[in-house]
Amino acid sequence: MSELTLTVMRLGFLAVLWLFVIVAVQVIRSDLFGTRVTQRTAARPGRPERPAARPPQQPAPAGRGGRGRRGAPTKLVVSEGSLTGTTVALQGQTITLGRAHDSTIVLDDDYASSRHARIYPDRDGQWIVEDLGSTNGTYLDRNRLTTPTPIPPGAPIRIGKTVIELRK
Amino acid sequence: MSTNTTGGTSTVSAGGLPSRRNTELALLAFAVVIPVFAYANVGLAKNGSLPAGMVGYGLGLGLLAAVAHLLVRKFAPYADPLILPICTLLNGLGLVLIWRLDQEPRVEPLNAAPGQLMWSAVGVALFLAVLVFLKDHRILQRYTYISMAAAIVLLALPMFFPAVNGAKIWVTIPGVGSLQPGEFAKIIITVFFAGYLMVKRDALALASRRFLGIYLPRGRDLGPILAIWALSLLILVFETDLGTSLLFFGMFVVMLYVATERTSWILFGLLLSAAGAVFVASFNSHVASRVHNWLNPLETVNGNVTETAQVMYAFGSGGLFGSGLGEGYSRFIGGIAVKSDYILATVGEELGLTGMMAILLLYGLLIERGIRTALAARDPFGKLLAVGLSGAFAIQVFVVAGGVTALIPLTGMTMPFLAQGGSSVIANWALFAILLRISDTARRPAPAPAPSPDVEMTQVVRP
Repeated sequence: MSELTLTVMRLGFLAVLWLFVIVAVQVIRSDLFGTRVTQRTAARPGRPERPAARPPQQPAPAGRGGRGRRGAPTKLVVSEGSLTGTTVALQGQTITLGRAHDSTIVLDDDYASSRHARIYPDRDGQWIVEDLGSTNGTYLDRNRLTTPTPIPPGAPIRIGKTVIELRK
Repeated sequence: MSTNTTGGTSTVSAGGLPSRRNTELALLAFAVVIPVFAYANVGLAKNGSLPAGMVGYGLGLGLLAAVAHLLVRKFAPYADPLILPICTLLNGLGLVLIWRLDQEPRVEPLNAAPGQLMWSAVGVALFLAVLVFLKDHRILQRYTYISMAAAIVLLALPMFFPAVNGAKIWVTIPGVGSLQPGEFAKIIITVFFAGYLMVKRDALALASRRFLGIYLPRGRDLGPILAIWALSLLILVFETDLGTSLLFFGMFVVMLYVATERTSWILFGLLLSAAGAVFVASFNSHVASRVHNWLNPLETVNGNVTETAQVMYAFGSGGLFGSGLGEGYSRFIGGIAVKSDYILATVGEELGLTGMMAILLLYGLLIERGIRTALAARDPFGKLLAVGLSGAFAIQVFVVAGGVTALIPLTGMTMPFLAQGGSSVIANWALFAILLRISDTARRPAPAPAPSPDVEMTQVVRP
């Protein structure tokens, strides 16, 4: 066996050994971030958002114009209430809010109804908030919602003790 | 199941992770290929041709891994995806290294690899048996005091058998073979510690006085730690086995610390173990000679350097990248433990610092997964058991690696999975089976909460 082959094998073996270590660390890394996703931001742990939970009349994910548009909000931030600091990326999906377990944001708030409100993009990519017949109502700025209303950037949406904003 | 952290701002949940079985399968395939590569490498370096048994060996290892994976998929579907592949890789590498040392005609015991392969198969079988029959690790909690008695019997047993290489850690049954009961006692006594500390943790943690910034436990709470200390000293004196005694005492202190969160226990543990070690080393000749070799490794005895020095030469000649598998000179290391205690010397020489680091990292990752399992476990017994098992494993790795690299005096323990020795391989497979069981329970998605909060009435805001 030539010296060269053996040297290549020697270094190759070390490389393969380290590759295994690196792959293993990557698995751990994805595990760590797996745990973070199960914070109350997105779907509930182990219960990915079920299609049935979405309102049936939900339109197909927002038009492309919406996401690419300048100044369109990119995330939803909970700024007050027990979930303060939680963020959800806005990717054209409908976000449901309420105490029900299958809500996108499960509100731990005695003043929220189980299906309280939803936030969805319309065809132009404008984000709309709609009250789903809640007991205590949904407030945009100071006004109680009666119809689906476009959300101006930075306007606070109040549900019980929870305040939500759309941010860039 | 969710646990609220930091005042309820977010809900971190350990459950609900995907099962990750396919990740495990991919890693397992990788873990089988690496030893086969190593096997080919040794054959090419030693004889210039691919070794004849390569296909059979690869198939054997692959078969073991495949059976293990299928049963894990069936019986522990949410278990940690890394533990099984890393154990398989370390075991496979160990087999290759032992086979590689078998190629040296002078290294005792001759032709150890087939035996080791058989022991590995027995180990995997035990691993699977534990996974299949231990449905829930909390069952072990029922046997707290029985396991204490069993562990003490297992520890005391070797006293009645003749010493092997200066240490009485073997039970020899003529015609059948020999066994190191200490390896099994390690697991059983962890069950006892976990069960005992779970009940007594509050008394040990809270009933203490504050003195000079540390918590001093009450005298009567010191009882158990002193009892374990005395037991480990007895092991040291009567079986002259430094490693086992260090393992038990260290494991107890680790679990005590985890159970009570009191730093003072670590302080007491370190003081007691230092005092005990100095005390025993001062009159026991076997332990004293180990310490002497550690302090003066380069001294010549009858014209020969000590084994410690030979191992250090091996590490030195390996350098950064090693000499290559099959091209080292491990045969020059004297003594009878080249394939067991000193197997790390072969790793260091033939794979160099780079390979050594990778191997130690693999051990580190295994331990990390164990601790991670403890963090994710939801019941206190499972938490303590997982910490204890991974702590025992960590201490064992430290004691052996530290001994071989002359960081601490050498003790007669085996590198888990890597070194030749049936008891060690079998016991460690069983250990990781229990960890997998805990991890499966911990990572299993929580069942849907039965009373839905939707039933609660929404409170109405009254102006």
